[in-house]
Amino acid sequence: MTPQTSTEFEKYYVPEKSRLALCAATGLFLSLFGAANVMNDMTYGDPSVETNSWTIFLCGLFFFLATLFGWFRTTIKENRAGLSSAQMKKSYALGMFWFIFSEVMFFFVFFSALFYVRNLVGPWLSGEGDGGRMNGLLWPGFEYTWPMAITPQEAMGGAASQPIANNGDFVSFEKSMAISEASAWWKWLPLWNTIILVSSSVTVHIAHSGLLADNKRKFNLWLGISVLLGMIFVALQALEYYEAYAHYGLTLNSGIYGSTFFMLTGFHGFHVIIGMTMLLVQWLRSVRAGHFSAEDHFGFEASSWYWHFVDVVWVLLFLFVYVL
Amino acid sequence: MGAHHHGPAKGLSRWLFATNHKDIGTMYLWFSFSMFILGGSFAMVIRAELFQPGMQLVDPLFFNQMTTLHGLIMVFGAIMPSFVGLANWMIPMMIGAPDMALPRMNNWSFWILPPTFLLLASTLFMEGGGPAFGWTFYAPLSTTYAAPSVTFFIFGIHMAGLSSIMGSINIIATVMNMRAPGMTYMKMPMFVWTWLITAFLLVAVMPVLAGAVTMMLMDIHFGTSFFSAAGGGDPVLFQHIFWFFGHPEVYIIILPAFGVVSQIIPAFSRKPLFGYDSMVYATASIALLSFLVWAHHMYTVGMPVAGELFFMYATMLIAVPTGVKVFNWVTTMWRGSMTFETPMLFAIGFLILFTIGGFTGLMLSIAPADFQYHDSYFVVAHFHYVMVAGALFSMTAAVYYWLPKWCGRMYNETMGKTHFWISFISFNVAFFPQHFVGLAGMPRRIPDYALQFADFNMMSSIGAFVYGLSQLLWGYNVISTIVAGKPISDEKVWEGAEGLEWTVATPAPFHTFETPPQVK
Amino acid sequence: MFVKAKRLSALTLSPVLTLMAMLNAGAAKASSVNMPPGVTTVGQTIYGLHMTILWICVIVGLVVFGVMFYSIYHHRKSRGVTASTFHESTKVEIAWTLVPFLILIVVAVPATTTLLDVYDFEDAELDVLITGYQWKWKYEYLDEEGENVQFFSNLRTPQSEIYNTESKGEHYLLEVDEPLVIPVDTKVRFLVTANDVIHAWWVPELAVKKDAIPGFINETWTKANEVGVYRGQCAELCGKDHGFMPIVVNVVSKDEYAEWIGSKQAEAAEIKKLMAQNFSLDELMERGKGVYDRSCAACHGANGEGGLGNAIAKSPIATGPLDGHLEVGINGVPGTAMQAFGGQLNDVDMAAVITYQRNAFGNNMGDLVQPIDVFNHKKG
Ligand code: HEA
Ligand code: HEA
Ligand code: HEC
Ligand code: CUA
Ligand SMILES: [Cu+2]
Repeated sequence: MTPQTSTEFEKYYVPEKSRLALCAATGLFLSLFGAANVMNDMTYGDPSVETNSWTIFLCGLFFFLATLFGWFRTTIKENRAGLSSAQMKKSYALGMFWFIFSEVMFFFVFFSALFYVRNLVGPWLSGEGDGGRMNGLLWPGFEYTWPMAITPQEAMGGAASQPIANNGDFVSFEKSMAISEASAWWKWLPLWNTIILVSSSVTVHIAHSGLLADNKRKFNLWLGISVLLGMIFVALQALEYYEAYAHYGLTLNSGIYGSTFFMLTGFHGFHVIIGMTMLLVQWLRSVRAGHFSAEDHFGFEASSWYWHFVDVVWVLLFLFVYVL
Repeated sequence: MGAHHHGPAKGLSRWLFATNHKDIGTMYLWFSFSMFILGGSFAMVIRAELFQPGMQLVDPLFFNQMTTLHGLIMVFGAIMPSFVGLANWMIPMMIGAPDMALPRMNNWSFWILPPTFLLLASTLFMEGGGPAFGWTFYAPLSTTYAAPSVTFFIFGIHMAGLSSIMGSINIIATVMNMRAPGMTYMKMPMFVWTWLITAFLLVAVMPVLAGAVTMMLMDIHFGTSFFSAAGGGDPVLFQHIFWFFGHPEVYIIILPAFGVVSQIIPAFSRKPLFGYDSMVYATASIALLSFLVWAHHMYTVGMPVAGELFFMYATMLIAVPTGVKVFNWVTTMWRGSMTFETPMLFAIGFLILFTIGGFTGLMLSIAPADFQYHDSYFVVAHFHYVMVAGALFSMTAAVYYWLPKWCGRMYNETMGKTHFWISFISFNVAFFPQHFVGLAGMPRRIPDYALQFADFNMMSSIGAFVYGLSQLLWGYNVISTIVAGKPISDEKVWEGAEGLEWTVATPAPFHTFETPPQVK
Repeated sequence: MFVKAKRLSALTLSPVLTLMAMLNAGAAKASSVNMPPGVTTVGQTIYGLHMTILWICVIVGLVVFGVMFYSIYHHRKSRGVTASTFHESTKVEIAWTLVPFLILIVVAVPATTTLLDVYDFEDAELDVLITGYQWKWKYEYLDEEGENVQFFSNLRTPQSEIYNTESKGEHYLLEVDEPLVIPVDTKVRFLVTANDVIHAWWVPELAVKKDAIPGFINETWTKANEVGVYRGQCAELCGKDHGFMPIVVNVVSKDEYAEWIGSKQAEAAEIKKLMAQNFSLDELMERGKGVYDRSCAACHGANGEGGLGNAIAKSPIATGPLDGHLEVGINGVPGTAMQAFGGQLNDVDMAAVITYQRNAFGNNMGDLVQPIDVFNHKKG
């Protein structure tokens, strides 16, 4: 990184004081506080008692999203007013890069958890291996397979059968999402989802090259297609969840397979929705307001980084959750 | 909307809507000080209950809440934000930047904290009480067996984590992008280096912690079984994830402290820091190694022996780069021309006591010996030596060192020295005996203990009370300096101090380096 | 200034010196300042390891602080020195990277052998399953000789001592109603697990500390060389009464052990016989009162008036359908202090205490529960 020249420094823009941050903090706090209350009502609450948890949550969320909207709008306006120096843009780029890095670490945890339970805990529970010498005593009859169709608890006759370490009621599924249980490859949804998401990464790339060539029509078209592909992905994912709950008996309660499956795909799906929204906003900016030029399109670039990141995560997910 | 030529706004909006790195830094510092008082008063409850055997003041469940919140608030509310505050104040001034790279986000990072910690503290008054499962919140005590307030705790951790991540991203962007011309990486002050590396650590591990609490949330409310064997999960999985965060976390706490000491010792030795390059490499090695040692907190969970050996060797290795740092500091002092103002006294106190804490850390790293030390007061002694006499002493030194620059007034030196001597002595009275009771078999996190531990516990409590009270002296000294200290106007407050921050006016103007300095 | 520096050095060295003095006073056994070497060979090796690394640290510390204090004393501005300007030397950097590294290797070798030793579970002569409960321990003998021998081990210190209304006894907080008994000179393998949250089984003098993880079994072992009573505590935060779940191990001669296990066997056989038997109301009431006072009174009050738990007198459950009452007694009330006693009391005792609750404190229900009813309820 080369040090800046002093002329770049002169242009450095220190924003006036701003109420955005305080509003964002308030909105974030209220929405999470509300969410915590909603969950506590659900788990510990008395259903006959009315609470205002949902109201707090939704108001907080709305306020938070509105603030974010305003925040980005301000930033975009400043940029279009020519206030952002090259240095400032680089700060934004660095910020986005390290933010994505932190997201990578977030996914890293869930993947690690998956590897840990698949490769170590499962065998241990059935009494195999270095760490699990005697566990057979606790879970007689439990045999480890992945996907774990029968949880240790079920192997022993269910939650009520014996008092040890039953921190819940874990009923396994009839059918998993793994490739091994698909009736035919072309009926296997995850494969189509992979194709869709990977192609959407390609279309975003095409859009980018269109923009670099100052071809706004190409840009708008291919970015629009990318957003559409993202929506199809989310819809198919929803369909998959519906299938899981309605026909496969695969739920969050289905022991560790269900836990890791929904955690990974759900968290990923959430990120797809965020990424898709980001792309959609860029598309609207371009189509409706004529933003972006070959030189100046950081908003789009950041969104596309995010989209590629989401895509890479999916490929790993496809590999480790569905295929292997 | 020119950014230049305007001073601070008047009234409350100056703080609520701040974008200035100095104002935000100031808020961080005051916030962390108030959290220090809160966390410290919880420690006083702990020490008061442990003054004598038998239950006197609080019931066991409340005691556990005190232990938990003391640890949480000190780590996440006091020490971490205090160093972020310091970073906000000093990094732009040290690298010749006009402000932080992302000023509005900077304010967001800060304003997330007060409501978060208010919420955490308010859990004490909720039904079933606040978090009572230790600052390490091992499942399933923190999931199936926790009070409903655990949900608020979880979201509190999410928010504190978000704040840290944004704070660190800001620091990374500032250091990588905003250095004055000529300020190459290898010319940056050590404090900037240690913070840059700390920020990388934070961005890497705070999401890991967020992942851990998210899985807890799922287990509690949505029926998953990550931490339950009955469904094919494992409570130990939680510990692996927690410590993958937790061990780097302790270096997140200590690295900026190393940075501060690396500024102060040369200043008062009137001699450049010895081995600057090796200091940078040592810091980076500590950070890298910190990702490979997490399971030294879990020697007794029943890992396969190969794992134990790996983590033992990796942990022992950390003594090498840390030793390099200690030796470099001592050599910096060697043949200098030293004076012993308050910042230097605290830095020397740090050097001695941190090294002792490091030694006990090294003892703990020996897996078979740790079977005897683990979860005893020996561990409590270890980490208070590195965290209180390490991180906190360093923070104290930093405040005395830079306060004159911040407010243009000189603190009362006699009072400062008195503060140091009382702190130094009472700290040792409070925490040295904990080594003894720990070795003799006193477990940690207990509200009551067997009779043979009585004498040392009483000693420890007395030391703790004195230590706590002496911090009031610090608070008093700082406030009276700000309000009525002797005004000074020399740019360079300390004869031997080097660095860009000493080239600007005293007190530091609202905007520094509107035109960048040229660094040779 | 000068005086202060000296004071500083005296102060830092004094703890080290005190420590050295205390250690050298031969206070090796039952020391209140140091790790007990204990009564096992492994424990003594660990103790040796601990002392080695301690001394290494003391010596390194003396050198480092020595140099530092020398410098503080001689290189101070008030003595008129001017500062040198040297600030680099690759040679010394390499030296003080290598020396600590070599020291660490010297420590790592014995540490590794000791660790491998601790992990050698082969040839155990006796297996004991240890299960942690909130807040007590259960011991189960797994070999043939000890078949069916299992019992709970509860804190015996009375509340009055804890709450300071009575003076504290010698083994305050470190005493239990029924200690674990193991033979001397025998390699005993402990299989450690937990029923609810994580606990840790720690007896310093046996050099054993192992986490008890719910749903998993951890192995560890000990071989005591000396007969005696050894005390320890739960070492993992496990909730409210974590500080009140002590461990007492009686190491006895092999003969005594054989005798003890024989008597436990007989006791167990007796219970087994009783399980198949029907009792009269009087018999059940008498036995039930004993069980109630031991296991329930702490929460439900000596006269069923309630306390931490609901009142039993006139309780809707104790005066309601039998099945509901059995359910609470056997499976507890999840999420409350009312635990599942089904795994803790044998069927005879459970039958007796339920009968007692239904017929004492003015609850004159008149019905009685037989062990077979408890057995059937457990079967579902
Ligand atoms: C600021 C925080 C901080 C720092 C810097 C450290 C530093 C170290 N810690 Fe510490 N530690 C904690 C905070 C910290 N720790 C906390 C909070 C806990 C408890 C958490 C909980 O359970 O609640 C803990 C617990 C803990 C454990 C687990 C104990 C247990 O629960 O059983 C272990 C085990 O290995 C350990 C080891 C170390 C080591 C090897 C270092 C090393 O980095 C130290 C290196 C330094 C030196 C060694 C001194 C200087 C070196 C020389 C002079 C060179 C020459 C020396 C020799 C070769 C002897 N620590
Ligand atoms: C950086 C972090 C940090 C800091 C600064 C401290 C500071 C102190 N800690 Fe800390 N401590 C932890 C981190 C920290 N601790 C952690 C992580 C744990 C583990 C928690 C767990 O097990 O989960 C722990 C656990 C812990 C225990 C063990 C509890 C247990 O196992 O049950 C004890 C016991 O003595 C203790 C004592 C103290 C004391 C006396 C101070 C003192 O230094 C505090 C001094 C400060 C003040 C007192 C506040 C300022 C002054 C006033 C408010 C004036 C009023 C004062 C009086 C009336 C005297 N701490
Ligand atoms: C550690 C405390 C504790 C102990 C020991 C204890 N109980 Fe309880 N018990 C409780 C609590 C608390 C409740 C209230 C549960 C609730 O909220 O529904 C309860 C409720 C009950 C009830 C239901 C009363 C009612 O009307 O709601 C019965 C019956 C009962 N216990 C039987 C027993 C028996 C039998 C024993 C001993 C073998 C015992 N308890 C020991 C704490 C305890
Ligand atoms: Cu059981 Cu602590
Ligand atoms: Cu660690």
